[in-house]
Parts: sequence; C-alpha cells; structure tokens
Amino acid sequence: MVRSGHAVKVILQRELAAYLKSPRGYVVAAALLLLAGVLFYAEALGPSAGERLSADVLARFFYNTSGLIAVAAVALSVRLFTDERQTGSMVLLVTAPVHEHQIVLGKFFGAAVFLTVLALATLYMPLLILVNGRVSWGHVAVGYLGLVLLGSAVLAIGIFASALTRNTLSAAVAGGVLVGTMFLFWPLSFVVDPPLSRVFAGLGLHGRHFNDFQTGVLHLRDVVYYLSVTYFFLLLATKTLQTRRWQ
Amino acid sequence: MIRAFGVQKWFGGKRALGPVSFEIARGETVGFLGLNGAGKTTLLRILAGELRPSGGTLEVGGTDAMREPLAVRKLVGFLPEFPPLYPDMTVRDYLRFAGMVRGMDGATLQGRLEEVEALVGLGPVREELTRTLSQGFRQRVGFAQAIIHEPELLVLDEPAHDLDPAQIVEMRSLLHTLEGRHTILLSSHNLPEISETCDRLFVLDAGEVIASGSETELASHWLDTQQVEVALRAAANDLAPAVQRLRSIEAVRNVTVDERDGNGEGPVLVVECSDDCRAEICRLLVEDGWDMLRLVRSRRKLESIFLGLVHGTERTRRQSHSAA
Repeated sequence: MVRSGHAVKVILQRELAAYLKSPRGYVVAAALLLLAGVLFYAEALGPSAGERLSADVLARFFYNTSGLIAVAAVALSVRLFTDERQTGSMVLLVTAPVHEHQIVLGKFFGAAVFLTVLALATLYMPLLILVNGRVSWGHVAVGYLGLVLLGSAVLAIGIFASALTRNTLSAAVAGGVLVGTMFLFWPLSFVVDPPLSRVFAGLGLHGRHFNDFQTGVLHLRDVVYYLSVTYFFLLLATKTLQTRRWQ
Repeated sequence: MIRAFGVQKWFGGKRALGPVSFEIARGETVGFLGLNGAGKTTLLRILAGELRPSGGTLEVGGTDAMREPLAVRKLVGFLPEFPPLYPDMTVRDYLRFAGMVRGMDGATLQGRLEEVEALVGLGPVREELTRTLSQGFRQRVGFAQAIIHEPELLVLDEPAHDLDPAQIVEMRSLLHTLEGRHTILLSSHNLPEISETCDRLFVLDAGEVIASGSETELASHWLDTQQVEVALRAAANDLAPAVQRLRSIEAVRNVTVDERDGNGEGPVLVVECSDDCRAEICRLLVEDGWDMLRLVRSRRKLESIFLGLVHGTERTRRQSHSAA
C-alpha cells in the first residue's frame, strides 16, 4: 500500500504538470483573465462606469469573477477521468496500490491549485481599487476565499460528472447541468413558497452563500456549506470509481 | 503464487467468466488461450486487481485479493492490451510516475529507471513524449511500467498486440529474460508465440477453463495424432520409398508429401503419428541413406488442439441445447 499523502501528492503533481503542458490549461487561463479584465474595465474604469463606492466596485468584481471561476472549474474538471478512460491510462491508476479516494483527491487538489493560481492572477484588479479607493485587505482576502471555495465545490461536481462517463462532452453536459441547476436554486427561491424557498436558498451554489463573501463578510455557515458540497461530490466520485470495479 | 477457487464475473445479467478454479506456482509462465470473448481479458483484469470478481475466492502471494486488494495490487504489474500511457508525458517522467504511484521512493526509483530502460531498450526515446512513439516503443514503455516496481506477478494481456515480426521476437526474448524472476501470466492470439513462451496453458471458452497443461500434455490428452514434418534432399517423385519406410513404423498412421517449397528445402513429408516417434523416423531415414535437412514437430499442433477443444465444447453446447 502507498501512504495516503504520498499517492495524493504524486497524482496532484502529475495533474498540475498536465495543465501546464496542455493548451487547454492556457486557453482556460487566457479566457478567464480576458473576460475578467473586460468586465472590470466596463464596471470600474470605462466611460459608462459611473460614480460608485470602491467597496461596491470590489463586490461587483467578485460577483463577475465568481461566474467565470465556475465556468473555468467545469472546463478544467470534466476531462479529469474521461481523458484517462479514452487514452487507457486509467488502468495504471486503478491497478496501482492506491485507494479510489486517493485518486480523486489527487486530481481534485491538482485542479484546485491550478484554479487558485488563476483566481490569484486577477489580483491586480482589486489592488487597483485598493490603491485608488477605500477598501480593506480583509474584504479582498474574504472575496478570494469565497472564489476558491466556490471553485472547489464546482470542481468537485465536475469531477463527479467526469467519473460517470468516458465521453468528455457528456461529462461537460452533466457537469454543466448540475452546476447550472445549483446556481438556479437561488433565483428559484424567490418564486416558490416556504418551506421550499428556504430549502432552495440554502442549497444554492451562489446567492445566499456567496453574497457575504463578495461584500467581505465571512460566515462560518457559508464556509461549511461549500466544504460540504465539495466533500459530498468527491465522495460520490469515489463511490462511482469503486462501483466501476464491479461492473 | 495464485490460488483461484470458483472465481466468476458477471456484467449485469451476463456471465463473462467462470466459475474457474486453478493454481499457479511461483516462477511459472502461464498462457491463457481463447477466442475473442472467451474471458481471457476479464480473468487477467481480475488477477491484476482492476476488476473485483462477482464470486469465488482468489489468493495472490498468500493474500486474499477480496479482503486486501491493495496488498495484492502491490505484488502485480499489469500490461493491458493497449499500454496505459499519458500522451503528454515523456517516457522518463511517465516511468517515474508509474513507480511513485506504486509507492517507490526517489532513490530506489532512480536506479531502477536506468535498469528498466536498459532492459527494455528505451534509452534512445527516454526524453520523447509517449504520443510520438511508434507502436513497438509504446508497447515497450507499457512493459517497462509493468515491471518498474519489480512485481512478483506480471500480467500481460496480448503483449505482442500490433507488433511486427521483428518486435514480436524482441518481446519474446524480453519475456525469456524475465522468466524465473516473476510469475508471468499472458494471453495471446499468437499460438506459436504462446507455445514457445509458456510452461503451461489454460484454454478458455465461453468463460470457462476447458483444458490446462503443457502443450505436450494437452496434445496427449486431446489429439489423436501428432504431426511431424520431415524435409529430405530429394525430388517429390523420388520420395515413395521413404514414404513406404515410414509407414512401417507402428505409431505412424499416415504419411503425405507436401510439394510446397515453403522453406526452400523442396518437398516435405508430413507424418501423422499416434505417439512421439521423431527419434524412430530419424533413425530409419538415416539408415536408408536419406539426406535429412529438417525434422520438426508441426507448429500447427497447438492450433489443432485449440480448434479441437473449442469446436468440441461448441458441439457439446449445441447438443445440450437441442436436448433441452
């Protein structure tokens, strides 16, 4: 048996190297940075930006970037198992003396590190606000924590979708539908009656749980929510891989 | 090394394997023979730890594969039909990853990488991406990842798959190098290949082991006759006395002249015997003054056993269906 941490680290390093060597990693990074920059310019610097409090501009930046991070997380995660199955390399992992949860965690952390680096690459925009306006470092730090937690939850959903099928397109559709549905829970919570509205608001990936992060307020319940979603979908991915040994 | 009892595998409602029971000793080289869909790959995937059996018990190296699958996987190196390569990695990086994911530490791995690359002949391509390699080199890299951690059990599914004749010879020589160091299980469609490499054969059909033993044991159990080919320095028309002489041997059932000049040796006498009578054939022909160029047991023997077994079980199945 391979030590749990060792196996996770080895798989994480391979995944990270794969992002850095493949055009896909750079395409996702370029698209995310370009769109984040365009949106920031339009909302904060452009001719139609108007007068706004710097804290509002920062909150708006985190709101826009959260959507981009979610899309990037789906794009990065849905290929994690489908590519392995298509090339046949999955056999190496499933015949190695490692648990399924070590495989899932290695891939998850590899993607999470890459996504965190992408998120931090947008840091120059909050710094511009920080230099020219009046916002706190705490607001910036909490906003980025929210982006990383949201990104992690979406990565976990994408990894689960990827474990379900050997076709990347099918995994992308499944992952997109799952993430989209969980994003829609928040607006749906306004059009249904209680107690369903409270359930939808509580389950929504965005809205109630991200609003406080974007305004710089840290609530333990929001952190627990994102960690729970991440754990739940990573567990489902692990169980899916285990089930495949019986099929 | 391996003790399997009643191992079976079902995919949904369809039985893919078993129940099969067998034992394989440490250091043996065992071949699995069967038509497509016979259950060879399923059995090898179970033995490699990729699949879990639906029933039965399986011990590898004295460890229960159902209770301690990770301990068993540590003992196994597996080369599937298509080598499990990462196209974005160089050969060296890939082999390092394969070793590390199996728990090898950096210092041990460094020495082992050099050793395996030299053994398998990967030196010239070690810095190349695996996606740029020819099929022969891809198969070698797949082989290297299977032995990098010095497993006790080496499981090879169609190791000569898609290789040209020169590469098949190289693969065979590699297998001979590893004999004794590992217990080797392999499947192949290439019958001469499997008969030359393996100590023992398992013939599978419809998920069941229908025969097992060495090639000679299988022949004595399942074939009425053995076939010997004799090439003499003579024209086909002059071979009648030799044919008569060979027919005088008690074990010989039939002698025919094959006039095809396959090896540039002229016509060949094909002798059907009920027993191994190569020594007697040789003695009589030399006594009579014939120049013997070649005497060999026919390579078609294993093919005959295999086809006889498979067609025999197919006939039995049909009969039981019609009886039902």
